[in-house]
Amino acid sequence: MTKTALPLLGFILGLFAYVPGSSRAEQVVKIDGSSTVYPITEAVAEEFQKASGTKVTVGISGTGGGFKKFTRGETDVQNASRPIKEEEVKAAKEGKIEYLELPIAYDALTVVVNSKNDWVDSIKISDLKKIWEPEAQGKITKWNQVRPEWPDKEIKLYGAGSDSGTFDYFTEAVNGKSKASRGNYTASEDDNVLVQGVEGDRYALGYMGYSYFAAHQKRLKALGIEWDAKGKPAVKPSEEAVLAGTYNPLARPLFIYVNVRSLEKPEVKSFVEFYIKNVDRLAKEVKYIPLPGDAYGKVKGRFEKLEKGTAFLHQSDLAVPISEILSRPLVP
Amino acid sequence: MHFAGDSIVLPEHFLEHQKGRALRRKAIDRWFGRLGLILTLGTLGVLAILLLNLAANGLFRIDWHFLTSFPSRRAAEAGVLSAWVGTALLMLVTASLAIPLGVAAGIYLEEYAPKNKWTDFVEINIANLAGVPSILYGLMALGLFVYKFRFGQSILAGGMALGCLVLPIVIVSTREALRTIPAMIREAAFALGATRWQAVWHHLLPYSTGGISTGVILAMSRAIGESSPLITIGALTFIAFLPPPAILDHAPFVSFSWLFSPFTALPIQMFNWVSRPGEEFQANAAAAGLLLMVITLGMNGAAILLRRHAQRNIKW
Repeated sequence: MTKTALPLLGFILGLFAYVPGSSRAEQVVKIDGSSTVYPITEAVAEEFQKASGTKVTVGISGTGGGFKKFTRGETDVQNASRPIKEEEVKAAKEGKIEYLELPIAYDALTVVVNSKNDWVDSIKISDLKKIWEPEAQGKITKWNQVRPEWPDKEIKLYGAGSDSGTFDYFTEAVNGKSKASRGNYTASEDDNVLVQGVEGDRYALGYMGYSYFAAHQKRLKALGIEWDAKGKPAVKPSEEAVLAGTYNPLARPLFIYVNVRSLEKPEVKSFVEFYIKNVDRLAKEVKYIPLPGDAYGKVKGRFEKLEKGTAFLHQSDLAVPISEILSRPLVP
Repeated sequence: MHFAGDSIVLPEHFLEHQKGRALRRKAIDRWFGRLGLILTLGTLGVLAILLLNLAANGLFRIDWHFLTSFPSRRAAEAGVLSAWVGTALLMLVTASLAIPLGVAAGIYLEEYAPKNKWTDFVEINIANLAGVPSILYGLMALGLFVYKFRFGQSILAGGMALGCLVLPIVIVSTREALRTIPAMIREAAFALGATRWQAVWHHLLPYSTGGISTGVILAMSRAIGESSPLITIGALTFIAFLPPPAILDHAPFVSFSWLFSPFTALPIQMFNWVSRPGEEFQANAAAAGLLLMVITLGMNGAAILLRRHAQRNIKW
């Protein structure tokens, strides 16, 4: 006992006597935020690390949770599936964090039903609102309460959990107010749970990111979206529709936010450069939709000229064409 | 009146009655045995189904490449290298914290502490701590270790969170182990003039090593599967490098900078893969789960062997 205990004791004392700090100088690009943007950033990080040997870490705290860390200066890059919010802009100011807002790809929020569903092919935004608005709780429980020609069967709902940017965006686009939603549906941050739920129930309806639908196309049916308030015809989610700017209002841009002070570190700078240069190809590979046309050129311009701030403060973030996002004046 | 030697004659119906009761009791006994067997087999069955299911989905993924590769966006190329190294280092920190503190606290409470209200209070709270949800340990670690002590989202912070989580288990099992040692051992030591410390160090600790080790290993196998405290303190999901090495080829030859390295762990890697689109990532998740199950079962098996071994050597 004595023989083994002494070195062990020494080891433990050594652990606690060690002064933290010497490892801090190590070069690591720290990224956190949205689980929706994660697959894209992961792909970029993987390639960048292979190419340059610089260490990159990517966490998943959700867009909101990630912004909390970002505005405290704990991370270099923030993955976001929605634009920065007013209170987050305020937090950034308080934390003396300046940032670049770089759109990097598109996602199409996809409304899905069971593949055996034969009564609906496309749906109006106003009907979606009837189903999903907070007032629908306890009132809309059957398909035929939305439209009389639909079956007299209970409608089972599946959607994003309330911490995700997906939830924020969908509620804003459909119900008119971010985070305003009925509460009695199966909510999950894990889209596979939603896929399984809708797949297993003929009378289910749910929404999820396009990449999850794309991976399970044979087992789910995506609905066309008719933006009736603007008199737009129904459009099915697809890469072409998103690029043409017709899949509205559920096509949403995805962003990375970059801490300007972090760009003084050469490894962060070269990472963001690498990101802008390669995200086109890598986003496609992980089933997201790259930005159209010369958008990446403009993103690169914004990065090189260090144009700080957001294009979304006090302005709508619904169905804004990418050209407008990139030409709007920026509010720091 | 009956006298010695007289045979006692009981009425026929009374005997019948007694025989019936005995038979009924035996039947209940038999049925309880069967029920217990069925429940045990049922539990084992669930475990077996879980293992078989994981094996069916993920066994084909486990190979050298899987164990020595970093995570990747391509499921077929992805591996668990950073995850299992992270888990191993976490366990090292957890053990270094929980074993000395837990065993010392157990010895103090069992052998030294006076019996009073204060000791009772401490004991009740240790029992309560064992039942605190693990995410609370994560929140505590986030506030205290990550921000207050400035350890950052590091292996040290994660390992200490898990160490606090399993500390009550180590304390309780140490006390249980000490309690199984007969009082005469202590009395004999004291009679020969040994101090309390001498009795503990030369007799009680060696005799209870088996029980303590069992508790420690069970505590470790609880810690190894935990993900919620690690997610709370901000363990990362994509991490394609290893912490800096602990042994250097130049002076001072030992480095503890790995303690401050960001990390991921097997349960977190598994959790991430489960939530990815596509079947291939599900196979990876099953493979990581299988690995975790095998490690846990292996640790529990080791606990049983240790206990057997320790019991064999002690006779009193």
